[in-house]
Amino acid sequence: MNWFHYSSPQTFFPLAGVLARGFGAAAVVFCIVGLYIGFFIAPTDHQQGEAYRIVFIHVPAAWMSMFLYLVMAFWAGIGLAFGTRLSGMMASALAPTGALFTFVALWTGSLWGKPTWGTWWVWDARLTSELILLFLYFGFMALQAAIDDARRADRAGAVLALVGVVNIPIIYFSVQWWNTLHQGASVSLTSAPTMAATMFAGMIVMAFGFWFYSIAAALMRARCIILERERNSEWAKEVVKGLK
Amino acid sequence: MNWAGWADFFAMGGYALYVWGSYAVTLGLMVMEIVLLALRRRGILGRLAGIHKRDKP
Repeated sequence: MNWFHYSSPQTFFPLAGVLARGFGAAAVVFCIVGLYIGFFIAPTDHQQGEAYRIVFIHVPAAWMSMFLYLVMAFWAGIGLAFGTRLSGMMASALAPTGALFTFVALWTGSLWGKPTWGTWWVWDARLTSELILLFLYFGFMALQAAIDDARRADRAGAVLALVGVVNIPIIYFSVQWWNTLHQGASVSLTSAPTMAATMFAGMIVMAFGFWFYSIAAALMRARCIILERERNSEWAKEVVKGLK
Repeated sequence: MNWAGWADFFAMGGYALYVWGSYAVTLGLMVMEIVLLALRRRGILGRLAGIHKRDKP
């Protein structure tokens, strides 16, 4: 299979539609299964009671917020280096979904912090760097929206996205580098998770659900961006006629 | 099974505000994003269909 075949907006457009539907369906299934495990199979935490059940969206959302930023910066960088049109469109398509999950991570963290830490917010290293991530997403979107020429907007956004990548390891390692309120990782690549197997299972299934949702939403947005930018091409006119 | 009944489930051991506040906002935002994307797509198709019709010789 020739993957470069799908590197032009025209050929990618129908593929993105099929993939968005598939990943969207998978996201619904995984989220339902994940929530079932999280609420009905995973036991009550003996320290935090039922409040800990926020973990099933908080941790997957926080993972997505960082992962989507890396994917966005990757596509932005590819677009900057090779001038490929579709790469810039993918970067723009990922930003709002990344911002959504960053907000969800902050929001659920705040609602978890109140009953367990006794405060909605502290200027802890993890919380502060995650807030900076939200501003990076907003900055990327605002910068792109402020520039009329799409290719120039892509290049300016790419520089911002790439500079902002430095924040991702800061978020990830903040709980090791600074001794502040947010707890360390319960799940890492180098050791067994320090939580009950069913809690871990619910979290992982939800992470897949959020991941598939992100793919579906980003592809839906990419299709909108492609149509907006390619509206004067013959193929886009045919597509509009077919879809209308 | 963790819950004695639906009332017990919704009470979330006294943490209902925090747990359901988290889940409701998350679900709301995700549904909103998909709805906005569907509206954006419909808007683009409608606009482009109009423009393309005008452009016809």
